Parts: sequence; structure tokens; C-alpha cells
Amino acid sequence: MKLKLTIWRQKNPGTKGKFVTYPVNDVNPEMSMLECLDVLNESLIERGEEPVAFEHDCREGICGSCGFMISGVAHGPQPATTVCQLTMRHFKDGDELVLEPWRSASFPFVKDLVVDRRAFDRIIQSGGYVSVSTGNAPDGNDIPVGKEIADRAMDAAACIGCGACVAACPNGSAALFTGAKIAHLGILPQGKPEQDRRAVRMVAQMHTEGFGSCTNIGECTGVCPKEIPLEVIARMNRDYLFGAWTERSEVINTIAPATDWNFREK
Amino acid sequence: MTGTMKLDAGIPSGPIEQAWDKARFDMKLVNPANKRRHTLLVVGSGLAGASASATLGELGYNVKCFCFQDSPRRAHSIAAQGGINAAKNYQNDGDSIYRLFYDTVKGGDFRSREANVYRLAQNSVHIIDQCVAQGVPFAREYGGSLENRSFGGAQVSRTFYARGQTGQQLLLGAYQALERQVDAGQVTMFPRSEMLDLIVIDGQARGIVARNLITGQLSVHMADAVILATGGYGNVYYLSTNAKGSNATAIWRAYKRGALFANPCFTQIHPTCIPVSGDYQSKLTLMSESLRNDGRIWVPKKKGDKRRPNEIPEDERDYYLERKYPAFGNLVPRDVASRNAKAVCDEGRGVGETGLGVYLDFSDAIRRLGEQTIRERYGNLFDMYQRITDEDPYKVPMRIYPAIHYTMGGLWVDYQLQSTIPGLFVLGEANFSDHGANRLGASALMQGLSDGYFIIPYTVGNYLASAKPAKVTGSHPEALAAFAATQQGIAKLLAIKGKRTVDSFHRELGKIVWDDCGMSRTAAGLKEAIGKIRALREEFWQNLNVPGSSDDLNQSLEKAARVADFIELGELMCIDALERNESCGGHFREEYQTPEGEAQRDDQHYSYVAAWGYTGSANPPELYKEPLEFAYVHPSQRSYK
Ligand SMILES: Cc1cc2nc3c(=O)[nH]c(=O)nc-3n(C[C@H](O)[C@H](O)[C@H](O)COP(=O)(O)OP(=O)(O)OC[C@H]3O[C@@H](n4cnc5c(N)ncnc54)[C@H](O)[C@@H]3O)c2cc1C
Ligand code: FES
Repeated sequence: MKLKLTIWRQKNPGTKGKFVTYPVNDVNPEMSMLECLDVLNESLIERGEEPVAFEHDCREGICGSCGFMISGVAHGPQPATTVCQLTMRHFKDGDELVLEPWRSASFPFVKDLVVDRRAFDRIIQSGGYVSVSTGNAPDGNDIPVGKEIADRAMDAAACIGCGACVAACPNGSAALFTGAKIAHLGILPQGKPEQDRRAVRMVAQMHTEGFGSCTNIGECTGVCPKEIPLEVIARMNRDYLFGAWTERSEVINTIAPATDWNFREK
Repeated sequence: MTGTMKLDAGIPSGPIEQAWDKARFDMKLVNPANKRRHTLLVVGSGLAGASASATLGELGYNVKCFCFQDSPRRAHSIAAQGGINAAKNYQNDGDSIYRLFYDTVKGGDFRSREANVYRLAQNSVHIIDQCVAQGVPFAREYGGSLENRSFGGAQVSRTFYARGQTGQQLLLGAYQALERQVDAGQVTMFPRSEMLDLIVIDGQARGIVARNLITGQLSVHMADAVILATGGYGNVYYLSTNAKGSNATAIWRAYKRGALFANPCFTQIHPTCIPVSGDYQSKLTLMSESLRNDGRIWVPKKKGDKRRPNEIPEDERDYYLERKYPAFGNLVPRDVASRNAKAVCDEGRGVGETGLGVYLDFSDAIRRLGEQTIRERYGNLFDMYQRITDEDPYKVPMRIYPAIHYTMGGLWVDYQLQSTIPGLFVLGEANFSDHGANRLGASALMQGLSDGYFIIPYTVGNYLASAKPAKVTGSHPEALAAFAATQQGIAKLLAIKGKRTVDSFHRELGKIVWDDCGMSRTAAGLKEAIGKIRALREEFWQNLNVPGSSDDLNQSLEKAARVADFIELGELMCIDALERNESCGGHFREEYQTPEGEAQRDDQHYSYVAAWGYTGSANPPELYKEPLEFAYVHPSQRSYK
């Protein structure tokens, strides 16, 4: 089949970007959206043009590298599907698709369809873990965890950190991402001791990064390739409230967002 | 050419059960106050790299960790599906450290080092404890205890899992531990940074040259030791189950700086992947081996039977694994399952459009256990299959075919996980250490975490305390020379300005290696492949077209450098396969098979690790042999009947 791809082209944050339309003529319905871009890129290189930069790695919907808007929808029209797993059979001959990067002030632009999502790493740095050093662990079966609890923790832990939730949210909120980690660890007995601190620090970092506030619109969970449930946000808010009370005398340090790619060593 | 240097793995003497304890006791320690004065570079943030960085950070070292993705959490380990082995014997079904050790040595077709494998089995139990403590949401029974499933090559249930996303959950556990150390100021993370060279000073590994993939800037990082945890090289084949970015560049450049490369031809073909559908295909998708717990593999008895699977009656189906291997049935090791799939397809009994496929059928299991149970066990895998093929595996059998998946070969390391360059340690899939000629399912995750959490923290300390590396800076002539050479290498790729894209070279390489150094190999085929690869290399350096420049994000340039290395490594794989005149594990030389078509080892002549040394781009590599001794598991013809 034949498609028209209208793609955001911008060399770097310092230059002006624009949409460019490319006809792609030999689209096989079995190929993925990224394979379709591969085919386009091969032809661009052969014509002496620069290929479209986009992120990808696993191409199995699990690493969270890929992701862009397809005609206004994060990861495109298929529910629970990343662009690397989105097959072209979901489109019709003659369709025109508009591809553009995640738009969020907290995800600084890099090139074409690529943005900088390091804000997510800094949110995890601010407490998205259990403080247990290697060697400190009791036997795996010492603390029983009921199946339902483990399953619920797993539902939240399935987040791949792709950033679609932020891109889809009219407020640019990262509540689904942050809530997913707070819920995953907070539900499990292993994560309980730090539950309050974790919520307070992670939420503070989320605000420091400039992500917007959650107003319960629910676009995030709608586009989430792993269908992380909205309840994780409720859980985050609850843990945050409790935490703000118990940790009220603590100074909350946040990490300064990095704005460029020059690494400063500690 | 055969080298004369003696390869000493440094295996502690005495009983194998005490070897690791003894080794640890004999190791020198670094005073806690001195640890922060030591800088360590960890290249890679997969299970091996992240667990190592986190643990070394916790110990107080000053760690710098590098990965090419935008976040350490995206390392290829994230894609592992099925599970991780551990000799916990929670199921009370006869498992033990010794049995896991035994299964792994046998599964590797007697081409791995016993002492290493024993230590791996010992560490396996601590790994599960550590991961549980980190909050990894492993599958649980209703009563709250950890659940297990079975994997190929074992008759006990020792595989721990988190739905079909075990690698993801284990990696996130290690990643979170790593981020905790970043927050603590112990680890500095360098994402989107690709190591392009190793700096060796006075015979010791002292640093790396890395390229910032966003700005294109090259930089030199100096340290007291360098740890490579950069994963496997399955992408030599172009189409593989590996992530697209997985590459051999770090280990290949280390090889060119003097590290030996062991058993490059030991590659693993995974039996259950979604078959290729077209020539635009960019990668192959694995369907976890855990599916073989409940799925039954079959093809029609008749050649060229074009009926739909549901129309083929039971007595016209050939459940060939159950027929040939009644004891293990569908759970034979990967190499055996893959070869048998190829054999039935070669006979013309393959299924699907291309005839390159066999059925993996869940209808019996669904009848027995109900659809809900199957959904709980494999839901996300079934969904993934359906997304890709548009077929519903709850209703029609899956079609699967073998694909390249894992590389047992890698940089040679001794018992301390140190390469032949002092101060250069290699962990995870990047080393060759524990899996011999065939890896059993659910044991790569185990090895990566064993290396990172429980081995390197000891052995690197021992190295620092005994070698006492002198102070060096980035302005050392060797560092400057490596920097300049890297710069020239990049300029050279951009200057070719030929006609062919990087991908077209990569595809061509992949086809050569798959055809002649894949599931089965012959001397004639390998010789031909070596010729073809050399010609391809020649053309690559004359006719490559890399658009753009080196001073910004240039994905074609990144790929070009990786493919240049894959081409050279592909040749070494063929050379190694040609030299090994026997069949063992995943290395199947058609000339050497039993009357039943099983791999025929030649223990008298080939019971060794083949470690290759670089001698310059125009010269043949030099072969060093590390003899293997089996004091515990007696080498026998593997039998899964
Ligand atoms: C689809 C799939 C499913 C699997 N399922 C299982 C399973 O169920 N059980 C099991 O035990 N095993 C499984 N495996 C195998 C297992 O996942 C891998 O062997 C293992 O995860 C490798 O881990 P690693 O840490 O060695 O390397 P990787 O996870 O590959 O990490 C490599 C790291 O090195 C970095 N890197 C690479 N090159 C450079 C460079 N030049 N410069 C800087 N950084 C670099 C990367 O950025 C990355 O961070 C599976 C593999 C695949 C492909
Ligand atoms: S490329 Fe990994 S999720 Fe799409």
C-alpha cells in the first residue's frame, strides 16, 4: 500500500523545524511503523538526504526507547501498542500520517523525533528504589507476598518509561509514571519502610522537572502501552499526603534538571 | 597460527564446593577509606553492568557507568522474558546447587569451565534473595511463596519469573539500585555515550575513549580498572532477537588492544521465534522458551501438507520432539530443539507461507488448564504474537522458527573475570565464561547478576590491592593516541562517500553468516563464507555511504562503526568454526554427527576453549588453547531421550 508520512524535521534545538511530507510507496501491511521508517530512511540516504532520527532499540515494546505522536495520538491508534509493535495493517492505502516528537518542556528537544527523557531517571533517583545494598537480603521466601499483592505490584511495575503519558496529557503531567513506581514499591512489604519518604521526594522532583499537575483527565492511561491503571496516581497522592505529614520536618532536596548533554562529573 | 602464551584461568585448588570461598579468602582487600580514591569505569548498564555499578558504588568506589541508550534502564536485558534459574529447591523436587551445576555443564555440552559454573550455581540462590529484597515482583503462589516454572534442559522447576517480563523487572531492580548510587554521588552515569576504544598503559587497562552520541564529542576517561558489560554480538547476523543497538564494538576494540576472544563460533539459535515475514524485516521476535512448558511442537507427517492446522487430524501430526526425546519431550535444550525444527523443515514438512516454521500448539494445555490459566502464564506473549502476526494463538497454533538469540562466546576471562589485559574485567554476555557451547534457558540473567552483584565486587578489589595501578592522566601519550585514532576512524567512515547504506552491508553480512555459520556448518561453507566476508569488508571501506556529520546525533554513523566491527568479528567466527572439527552444543558441523543426527563431540582433540588473539588487520589471528578438565561431571554424549 501507499502512505504519506508528514514528519517533523529539525536538526537541533537551535534551528527551526518544519513538517516535510514523504510519500512511501511500498508499504507492506506486515511491517511495523519503525520498519516503515527504515524503508523511508534507506531511500533518503540513497538520495543523499539525512535520514529521520528516531529512537528505538528492542522493537518488542519493552525497552521504552521508541515513541512519537502519530496524527496527534501518542504511539498511534492501537491500544496497548508501542510504535515499534504497531503494524501497518492498521492503516489504509492512501492514509496520511503526521509524525512528531513528544512535546513537553520537561523533555527537551534533541533531533527530529528524538527528545531527552532524562527527567524520568532523576525522578527514580529521588527515591524510586528500596534501599537495600547487595548482600543484605533475607531469604526470598522469608516475607510472604500474597499473589494478589504481587500481581498488583507487577501491574504498576510494568511501566516502560517511554513518556507517552506525558506527551498525551494536556497538562504535561508525569503523574502516571511517578505514580507507577510509587505504587509498585509501596504495595510490596519490601518497599513499605520508605513509603512516605519515597512519595515526598519523587513528587518534589517531578515538580522540579516542571511537569504539570494531574487533573485526572486520564489521557495518560489511554495511550499507555502497558495500560498502567489510573489508580496508581490516587496511590501516589495518598502516599504523598501521608508522607508530607510524617516527613514534615525534613528538608527535601531535589536534583537540578540537566539542560544539555555536557556531562559534569561529581 | 597457534600461540604459545599459557592461558591460566587461576582456578583455586581443592574441592569445587570450596573453591569460591577459598578464592575470596585469598583475595587482598581494599581499605574502606581508600575505595573512594579508586575510579572504576563500567561500560554497560544491563543486568551485569547495572548490578556491578550499583554494588561497587555501595562499597564506596567512585564509579562511572556508560551506556548508549538515553537511559540505563533501556539496556537489552530489559527484553528477557522467561525467567531466571536458581537452585532454591523451593519446589522440593530434587534440585540442588550440584544439580544446577550439573545441568549447566551438561547443557553446555562439556565446553565450559566447571569451577565457574559451580560458583554460578552457588550464587544463584543469593540473586533471588537480593532481587526480592529490591522489590522485584516475582510470581507468587496464593500462600505468598515464590512460584517456579520449568525451562529447557532441566527436569526440575527452578525458574523464577515475573510474568513474561522477568528481564524487565530484574533490570529495573538493578537500575533502581544504580540510581540510588547516582543519588548518593557514588556513580556518575553517562547515557548516550558509546565506548569506541580501550586505553592500555604499561599493559594495564586504564581508560576508554567514548563518544557522546548527541554532541558527537569524543572524550577520554581514565580509571584504575575498566569493566566491560556490553552484552552479546548476536547482531552479527543482522536478524536476531537482540535489540537493534546491541553491538560488539566495545569487546571488539578491546580484542584489538590485546584481549583474547574466546569461542566466537559458539552462538545460540533459539527454537521459538516468530518466523521471518519479509525482506524489510528489521529484527526477530522471541517467543519465550517458557511456552514449551505448555505448548506442544508439531508438524504434519506429510510433506507439503497445506491444510490449516485445525484440519489436520491428530494421527497425521508428528510431535517430533516428544517422539524422539520421550524423557525431555518439548523441553530439550535449545540447540537440540532448533536443529530438529530445521531438519523437519528441510524435509519439506515446515508450515506457513515460507515453509520455514513449525507449530507450537496450546490447545491441549487450554483444554487441561483452562484459557484463564494460560492467559495468566503467558498473556503478554500471546498478545505480542497476535500483534505481530494478526493470528490468535488461543485459537490457532503459533508458528515458530529458530533465530539467533545469544552468544556464548565473548572475551576470554579467568576465574576472576579478568581478561588477558590486567585491569580489564568482562561481565555478562560479553564474556565467554559459563555456558560452554550452549546456554540453558533462564541462565543468562543468572550469570549477568552473579557476575555483577557477587563476583566483580570481590575480584576488582583484589586487583586494585595487588596491582596497585600507578596514577595516570588523560594526557598520557597512550590516551592521546587512542583519542586521535578514534577521531580518525570516524573521519574515515564519513569520508568514503560511496553508494551503499550501512544496513545493506549489514544485511549482506548477516545472510552470509546465517547461511554458513548458523544452525549448521561445513568446512566448505565456512571457507567460502570467509572469502565472501573479506570481499564485503573491502567493499564496505570503498562504497559505504554515511550521510551527515560527526558533530551531532548521527544514527547512520553509529551503525557504520558497529557494522565495521561486526564484519571483522563475523570472519573470526567462521575461522573459529572451521578450526573446531567437531560438533558441540550450538556449533553443529555437518561432518561430525552421530548416526541419529546428534552433535558428535571430539573430546580427545577439542576439549578446550579456543581463545583468539589479534595480530593486525592483515594477519590471521593467533589461537591459544585453555584445556578443559572435568573432575565432577563426566563428559558423555548428551542424551535427552
Ligand atoms: C528477547 C530475549 C529474551 C531473553 N530471555 C531470557 C530469559 O528469559 N532468561 C535469561 O536468562 N536470559 C534471557 N535472554 C538473554 C539475556 O537477556 C541476555 O543475555 C542478558 O540480558 C545480557 O545482559 P548483559 O548485562 O550482559 O548485557 P545487555 O543487557 O545487552 O547490556 C549491554 C549494555 O552495554 C551497553 N553498551 C553496549 N555497547 C556499548 C558501548 N560500545 N559503549 C557504551 N555502552 C555500550 C548498552 O548500552 C547496555 O547498557 C534473552 C535475550 C533476548 C534477546
Ligand atoms: S523499541 Fe523498545 S519499546 Fe519500542
